[in-house]
Amino acid sequence: MTITTDERTHWSTPGAGPFLQVKDLQVHFPTDDGVVKSVDGLSFSVERGKTLGIVGESGSGKSVTSMSVMGLHKAGAAKISGQILLDGQDLVAASREEVRQLRGKRMAMIFQDPLSAMHPYYSVGNQIIEAYRVHNDVSKKQARAHAIEMLDRVGIPEPHSRVDSYPHQYSGGMRQRAMIAMALSCDPDLLIADEPTTALDVTVQAQILDLIRDLQKEFNSAVILITHDLGVVAELADHILVMYAGRGAEYGSAEQIFNDPEHPYTWGLLGSMPRMDRDRTERLMPIKGTPPSLINVPVGCAFSPRCAFEANTGGRARTERPELLDAGQAHLVACHLPQAQRLQIWRDEIAPKL
Amino acid sequence: MLAYVIRRLIAAVGLLFVVSVITFSIFYLVPRLAGVSAEGLASRYVGRTATAATVAATARRMGFDDPIYVQYGRFAKGIFVGEDIDLGAEKDHCPAPCLGYSFVTKQPVFPELVDRAKVTFSLAAGAAVIWVVFGIAVGVLSALRRGSLFDRAAMTVALAGVSLPVFWTGLIALTFFSYRWGLAPPGGTFVPFTQNPLSWAHALMLPWITLALLFSAQYARLTRAGMLETMGEDYIRTARAKGLPERKVVVKHGLRGALTPLLTIFGLDFGLLIGGAVLTESAFGLNGLGKYAVDGIRGNDLPKVMGVTLLAALFVALANLVVDLLYAVVDPRVRAK
Amino acid sequence: MALTETTSGTADREAADLLTVSGLVKHFPIRKGVLQRQVAAVQAVDGLDFAVRQGETLSLVGESGCGKSTTGRLLTRLEEPTAGTITFEGRDISHLSEGQMRPLRRDIQMIFQDPYSSLNPRHTVGKIVGAPYRLQGVEPEGGVKKAVQAQLELVGLNPEHYNRYPHEFSGGQRQRIGIARTLALKPKLIVADEPVSALDVSIQAQVVNLLEDLQEELDLTYVFIAHDLSVVRHVSDRVAVMYLGKIVEIADRESLYSFPMHPYTVALMSAVPVPDTRRRTQRERIRLQGDVPSPINPPPACRFHTRCWKAQEVCRTEEPALVQLRRGHRVACHFPENLPLASPEA
Ligand SMILES: Nc1ncnc2c1ncn2[C@@H]1O[C@H](COP(=O)(O)OP(=O)(O)OP(=O)(O)O)[C@@H](O)[C@H]1O
Ligand SMILES: Nc1ncnc2c1ncn2[C@@H]1O[C@H](COP(=O)(O)OP(=O)(O)OP(=O)(O)O)[C@@H](O)[C@H]1O
Ligand code: SF4
Ligand code: SF4
Ligand SMILES: [Mg+2]
Ligand SMILES: [Mg+2]
Repeated sequence: MTITTDERTHWSTPGAGPFLQVKDLQVHFPTDDGVVKSVDGLSFSVERGKTLGIVGESGSGKSVTSMSVMGLHKAGAAKISGQILLDGQDLVAASREEVRQLRGKRMAMIFQDPLSAMHPYYSVGNQIIEAYRVHNDVSKKQARAHAIEMLDRVGIPEPHSRVDSYPHQYSGGMRQRAMIAMALSCDPDLLIADEPTTALDVTVQAQILDLIRDLQKEFNSAVILITHDLGVVAELADHILVMYAGRGAEYGSAEQIFNDPEHPYTWGLLGSMPRMDRDRTERLMPIKGTPPSLINVPVGCAFSPRCAFEANTGGRARTERPELLDAGQAHLVACHLPQAQRLQIWRDEIAPKL
Repeated sequence: MLAYVIRRLIAAVGLLFVVSVITFSIFYLVPRLAGVSAEGLASRYVGRTATAATVAATARRMGFDDPIYVQYGRFAKGIFVGEDIDLGAEKDHCPAPCLGYSFVTKQPVFPELVDRAKVTFSLAAGAAVIWVVFGIAVGVLSALRRGSLFDRAAMTVALAGVSLPVFWTGLIALTFFSYRWGLAPPGGTFVPFTQNPLSWAHALMLPWITLALLFSAQYARLTRAGMLETMGEDYIRTARAKGLPERKVVVKHGLRGALTPLLTIFGLDFGLLIGGAVLTESAFGLNGLGKYAVDGIRGNDLPKVMGVTLLAALFVALANLVVDLLYAVVDPRVRAK
Repeated sequence: MALTETTSGTADREAADLLTVSGLVKHFPIRKGVLQRQVAAVQAVDGLDFAVRQGETLSLVGESGCGKSTTGRLLTRLEEPTAGTITFEGRDISHLSEGQMRPLRRDIQMIFQDPYSSLNPRHTVGKIVGAPYRLQGVEPEGGVKKAVQAQLELVGLNPEHYNRYPHEFSGGQRQRIGIARTLALKPKLIVADEPVSALDVSIQAQVVNLLEDLQEELDLTYVFIAHDLSVVRHVSDRVAVMYLGKIVEIADRESLYSFPMHPYTVALMSAVPVPDTRRRTQRERIRLQGDVPSPINPPPACRFHTRCWKAQEVCRTEEPALVQLRRGHRVACHFPENLPLASPEA
């Protein structure tokens, strides 16, 4: 597992190492019903100036992963193991106070619902000022000027007066802009956006995606974009990690994932989506069944109960867990099917029907 | 904002009017409807020995024969401009705000009420400070260490605190702290604040603590529930994601959200309490409004009871008004409406 | 979906209208003060004219707050219109009372977005799906239980699930339960308000396919409410695009997606993210500024003029009428895009 990750990093970026490296991350929640294995052996990395898109269905562990990176899980509730290397420093081993010092300063996060994510009793400016002053020893006045500048940068009209408005006085899109301003106020090296546009309308979503793209160029930060919408990652991501049941199913460049996907689950996701950019198909091709319980993850390949090609692996899928292995060109796939067969199925059976 | 304040004020005045009408009716109309004659009412003013003629004369002088709205008008006028009262032997002017004369002492009720209110207010205010500080502190700690030994112990004590009657805890407190150990003055002691703040506080120490114990328990539970809710909000996650120290997350972001609902309850509790902390006052022999009302009821002394009722209504209305205004200060979303 | 003779006929013959709506308005009053005076109104729906044809799927799309759900609730008469008429099978149902509506509830059903909150958690699946029989006092052949089990099977659930509770099911399965419930009394029209929005893509596809199969099998007519243009293209025969309580464009699916004419529709389509990285660079993007204005105080004349890049003076003063600019394609805009070269037919 770790070996392949290292191989890939050699592969894609000679020279500068990735800014964030997650190695064999496991996040388990002991509950009354049993241990919820929300994340179970996940590895990936992101470089400065690049965007990693993480896609997967509800409950696949996307948010749990991002919360682990940010160190936001409650102390007792989650059992976390593995490594999260932020610029070489292991956050899993670090003290809570050390991680707190990094939060907001070197890594920041924006959330799905910007209305509930902002405190209703404090003005927008106040909340940005607070974020800036935690990590920067500046006067209130300087911080306020900075907040206004940030609001201006994220495209809030008349930032001088809007800085004193309260979140409920902003529209949905403006709130998400303000959240972004808050997250970027300390110029973080890593920005995690967890479903940043899911609660927004398409036209506003397009604005916010543009904004994130532009700001990333400007700030040269590493971005992790978490979403369940393949369309959204296609807009922004350089690399894509497809997650299923707490593990990586497929990882590759955006081109590899969209043009030459090799994992049956990725095929399923693509076949489930009606697409505006292609001729209309008569029928969608859903994945059968539902995602597994994370307390009783199927033995072997977690996707096997829903996989149409499970039979092709001669029973291996039911007994042996496929690892996320390099299929060439830093394209990682966790599937027992031989690569030649995967390529053929995609070419002959799946792609023509999309 | 100003329009809001004015609207609230008008509403408060309206409320007081309604309360005064209702209390007036309860005390003067309902007995009549129930069959008590005008003389029956008047007889309370003149004592048992009076002749039927004096009673009838008193009833006429007091206007108990008039239609009820005329009586109410007279009563309302008394509140605003005062009233000349003809007590038969003596004639007297009862200055505004006039709430009538006690049947028993023949003294105007209002000045007595003011004296009594000082005691009750002292009691309520001191206790409120203690229970707010203590209740919230315990509630917050309990919420943050949910399920811990502290939490469980605190909540058990809180449950006991809510269920123990004040006169019992009061009695125990008096017995030990005052009589046995001499740490506090005996029951019935009251020193006005203006006279000597220290002795004022010293004298009220036990009643405060007794009363606060009851309320702290309730407030600790409410704070805990509120904190548990707000600490699960998305904005708390945001505050942590900014890298704020946990103390700031809890106090500035968590507590602020959790306290708002407490504000309403506090306003109501405090308002009701200055209307008369009957049990505590009785337990400690304090001459407050509650005791005044009890005396009034025992002696069938309607003006006293009515005076306390109206004053209590005034306090509750005022407390509500203050709470509403504070709400608008605390929560910008309310301000907008 | 395969259209049968009765539903579409030949290309030239229009199918009969099952439901027609004209001048439909719904304003929600905003009241203030002690006297509860009406100080303003949310103009949620403000003058809709359209027809739903027998056997077709008409979709309503638009951004949040444009009045899609309100329209759906008006059609099913869960809401009383402020003005305008709704005609179902030739009968004016705009102001029917609750009691007068009851027999019609068999014909007109609604599916809701949230499969979690629209099912009573304390009732078994059997009770939920069988409720319409009880409400309508209908005794199906072979008993309620048998009928309910048949319906469960129809929507792809195991009939043995009869005695289970909603929380034992996943989101997609709960939506199936909701669908099974609406099918009980063989409705003619189903208004589906964002039936798949809360579901994951893979599950969403299952439910979309199910809805299509049922339509074919039971000859259903759908009004499909959604904000996802891709899903809408997949399911609809015709599409109405709404903006701030008005229909700005209504057309046959092919016509709308091939030649969107209203600037808002064009912008909406350009904003839809597509799962294709090649599009990133090629696509010409139209980015609208700002957000949708409030329906309490909508902009005068063309409501879209505050965000429209083609807006002229006339757009601010004169409301564009919804006129036919192409066969089966009506648009409300003074300066439409993609105009056919030939002069528009009358
Ligand atoms: N504190 C917790 N205790 C127990 N289980 C948890 C906890 N937090 C998350 N989980 C479980 O972990 C799994 C993964 O959750 P996560 O929030 O990461 O999903 P997600 O991929 O972000 O999904 P969505 O798209 O719905 O946001 C879920 O099954 C969830 O129920
Ligand atoms: N009962 C109501 N009282 C007052 N206003 C209402 C009511 N119902 C809806 N509205 C308002 O009417 C407008 C249209 O609402 P509607 O729910 O129809 O929008 P929608 O298009 O379904 O949006 P969404 O995509 O968010 O579901 C909104 O501004 C909404 O706030
Ligand atoms: S390992 Fe088998 S079951 Fe799993 S995805 Fe590959 S083919 Fe399907
Ligand atoms: S009428 Fe004018 S403002 Fe409205 S959509 Fe057309 S061009 Fe734009
Ligand atoms: Mg999530
Ligand atoms: Mg809606």
